[in-house]
Amino acid sequence: MKTKNRLKKGIALGMSMVLLMGAVTGCGSDKGKDKEESDTVTITNVSYDPTRELYEQYNKIFKDYYKEKTGKMIEITQSHGGSGSQARSVVEGNEADVVTLALAHDITLIEEAGMIEKGWLSEFEGNSSPYTSTITFLVRKGNEKGIKDWDDLVKDGVEIITPDPKSSGGACWNFLAAWYYADKKFGGDEAKIKEFMAKLYKNVLVMDSGARGATTTFVENGEGDVLIAWENEALLSVKEHPDDYEMVTPSISIKAEPSVAIVDENADKNGTQEAAKEYLNYLYSDDAQKLAGQNFYRPSNQKILETFSDTFDLSVDMCTIDDFGGWDQAYKDYFQDDAIFDEIYNQ
Amino acid sequence: MSGKAKKGKSVLPGFGLTMGVTVALLSLLILIPLASVLVYAFHMSGKEFLELMLRQNVRQAFVTSISCAFIAAVVNCVFGLILAWVLVRYDFPGKRLMDGMIELPFALPTAVAGITLSKMYSDEGAIGRMLEHIGIKASYTKVGLTIALVFVGIPFVVRALQPVLEKLPETYEEASTMLGASRGYTFRRVILPELMPALLTGFGLALARGIGEYGSVIYISGNSAKEGTQVVSYIIMQKLNSGSVDYEGAAAIALILLLISFFLLFLINIIQIAASRRTKQ
Amino acid sequence: MKNQESMTMESSKNQKGAGSGEGKLARCLLIGISVLFLLIMLVFPLVEVIYRSLKEGLKMYGDALTAPNTLSALGVTLIAAVIALAVNTFFGLCAAWLITKFDFRGRQLLSTLIDIPFSISPVIAGLAFIMTFGRMGWAKPLIDGVNDLFGTDISLVFSVPGVVLATIFVTFPFVSRELIPVMQAQGSAEEEAAAMMGAKGLTIFRRVTFPHIKWALLYGMILCAARALGEFGAVYAVSKARGKTFTLPLEIDALYMAGSADSITQAFAVSSLLVIMAIIILILKQIVEYRGKREQ
Repeated sequence: MKTKNRLKKGIALGMSMVLLMGAVTGCGSDKGKDKEESDTVTITNVSYDPTRELYEQYNKIFKDYYKEKTGKMIEITQSHGGSGSQARSVVEGNEADVVTLALAHDITLIEEAGMIEKGWLSEFEGNSSPYTSTITFLVRKGNEKGIKDWDDLVKDGVEIITPDPKSSGGACWNFLAAWYYADKKFGGDEAKIKEFMAKLYKNVLVMDSGARGATTTFVENGEGDVLIAWENEALLSVKEHPDDYEMVTPSISIKAEPSVAIVDENADKNGTQEAAKEYLNYLYSDDAQKLAGQNFYRPSNQKILETFSDTFDLSVDMCTIDDFGGWDQAYKDYFQDDAIFDEIYNQ
Repeated sequence: MSGKAKKGKSVLPGFGLTMGVTVALLSLLILIPLASVLVYAFHMSGKEFLELMLRQNVRQAFVTSISCAFIAAVVNCVFGLILAWVLVRYDFPGKRLMDGMIELPFALPTAVAGITLSKMYSDEGAIGRMLEHIGIKASYTKVGLTIALVFVGIPFVVRALQPVLEKLPETYEEASTMLGASRGYTFRRVILPELMPALLTGFGLALARGIGEYGSVIYISGNSAKEGTQVVSYIIMQKLNSGSVDYEGAAAIALILLLISFFLLFLINIIQIAASRRTKQ
Repeated sequence: MKNQESMTMESSKNQKGAGSGEGKLARCLLIGISVLFLLIMLVFPLVEVIYRSLKEGLKMYGDALTAPNTLSALGVTLIAAVIALAVNTFFGLCAAWLITKFDFRGRQLLSTLIDIPFSISPVIAGLAFIMTFGRMGWAKPLIDGVNDLFGTDISLVFSVPGVVLATIFVTFPFVSRELIPVMQAQGSAEEEAAAMMGAKGLTIFRRVTFPHIKWALLYGMILCAARALGEFGAVYAVSKARGKTFTLPLEIDALYMAGSADSITQAFAVSSLLVIMAIIILILKQIVEYRGKREQ
């Protein structure tokens, strides 16, 4: 009996310890929120890896714009990481008001959790993509292996760096761009396309889990001959190390559309629906479009895009995700377990 | 586990209190959260579960993780034994410094270790270039993976051995040598058996840690399914980050991983308790 | 026991003074191997971090360390480490007392369960709290209820409390693991004698047990702190906002992933901060160990 009583007391003590601890840490975070509530709106933008620099700059001009327009201050909390894991974190409770991710499929994931209203894809212009990009090659200065197009990647002895499509959104674009090239080349002969893709992925030396990791492997650690990369990543690397790298634009590529959306569930709860909408709308303004161009994203505004014609090769033949039946279909066909990617990679 | 104390055995107070606190904190902070994840594994049917485990990349990852962790643990046992021996038996300048460094892998953040190791062993890095001269490629291969695991595992072995070696009287060896035994014989027959439980403990801990390791291996391994350098933790991460978030699959793999390390830890505890009983007698 | 130890000491002194020729060779060889191993495995990475952090000069180094994000990360790291240390020390003392002083069914199992965080994949550790307290977690309504009741806005994941919980998780067994062997070796005869003479529980602990275990306790706490400062995987899962909930290791990762040459140097600069903290901790540990041994 006595032991039992003591046991109870002990458990009670243990529980109260934990609660106390929770309260203490909870209060800590509470204070921060109170301060912000006064006259400042706070929104959280959950984005993917390569947009760090873009949003750092964009948030600055947006703050000024918002202050001028509404007279209110706005704070923007940024979050970056692999696109897929960022989408997952939102579903799991990372309180994003807006998401700006690498591909529509990741946003669909949040939609399926019931947090974003259906029809978000047409809420903003151009499939809700204020800026686009494409897939290009980054090679070492001099381009010793003579890499000009997708054909050159399947040659013996070419070492490719590209991230893992099973964990990186960017890598899915890479795969689809190569597939589209092979499709055109072999006139839709699926066996031949698969053979081409299998050869290409046989040449892959390192498969990082994310696009940024792949860039680091190629640029910082000096592995491989060619990095299949976002155009914006490739241009950034060339700008950082003009003597070491050059970018090669293949004849055929894919129009990569990073999408944006308001996370309705969180925005409604936080009362930030207005601010969130403003935040995403302003991405289409001339100032923001120019900023996107300066950060090597192709502005969706055609006029502004043309002013960057010496940065971007505007002659590339680009397919879109619609050629693959939209993201959800493409994901099912190519990247799910036992779909085409597994088939060719595990050959 | 309603802890029934064999009454009358202990006159010491505090059983209820410590039992309460221990079980409450353990459940709230570790077991309940852990169960919340692992329960996802049971959303799968037995057939799905089996299919997942037999998938080529999953199987490969388990083989890679276990074999690399095993090799790393063996390497750690050899060097750990030498290190512990040197630290306990010899006196030389810089010994205390050396002793202090052993825990470095504990203290150094795994991400820092991972980034640094992958740089050092890459073709551009200092050691990577040296190794390439003798034809070994370390970064982005199983060699690099194993090196990272040696790095994280070394303190476990050294720290398990040190106290036992300190207690082991040198008179044993002296007697054995005086009786005409060779050094090798003395080591094998006299010293090694005494060290065995501690060595196994260190081995087991290093192995358990190595099988689940993530941060320090992820940068150096290259994660190539072809080269077989994807570790189990990577596959779990891949399941979670893929376009179709697969909680069930991730939880199922984590569950198997947990069972393996639980089994190892349980074994270690038995060895330890058996050893402490033996010395008490 | 004491006798044996002093004997060992003496004989080891003899050995150290005069060794046979063969012994000397073996000795040099073994020390040589040890030094080489430590150099390659431990010292080189350390030098590499320091070298890279200073590559662009001291100004850049200073700027990297005083950047707002770094300072915020330092704060979160310290909060998490201090709370984890407090909780795990309290828990470690309770658990070690329970496991070494009493004999009960399931003791082995309990002691193994405590060790679980040692070997669980950090990825899963972070996810554990998300699946409990996150948006999809079963305890989410509970937390919402508490928040409604008190008008608070507490969130246990993707927030500083989440970072604290994840840190506690990964460092959970460190203190108890150091205490259990020491207390086991000590036995409980002294405590039992004190209890028979009518001493209260806390008095027994303070007067009889504590002096024996204080160095082991301190050692365990130091290891716990070291690990808490450096945790990456588990915290990464529950912390997404840079400059708010990021810890130093996450900040390092973010800088490293930013990819420009400058930011990588900054990443190493912030790393060197952690390395310096680690070294200070290791020096403390060395002092503690030395004192502990001398006292014995």
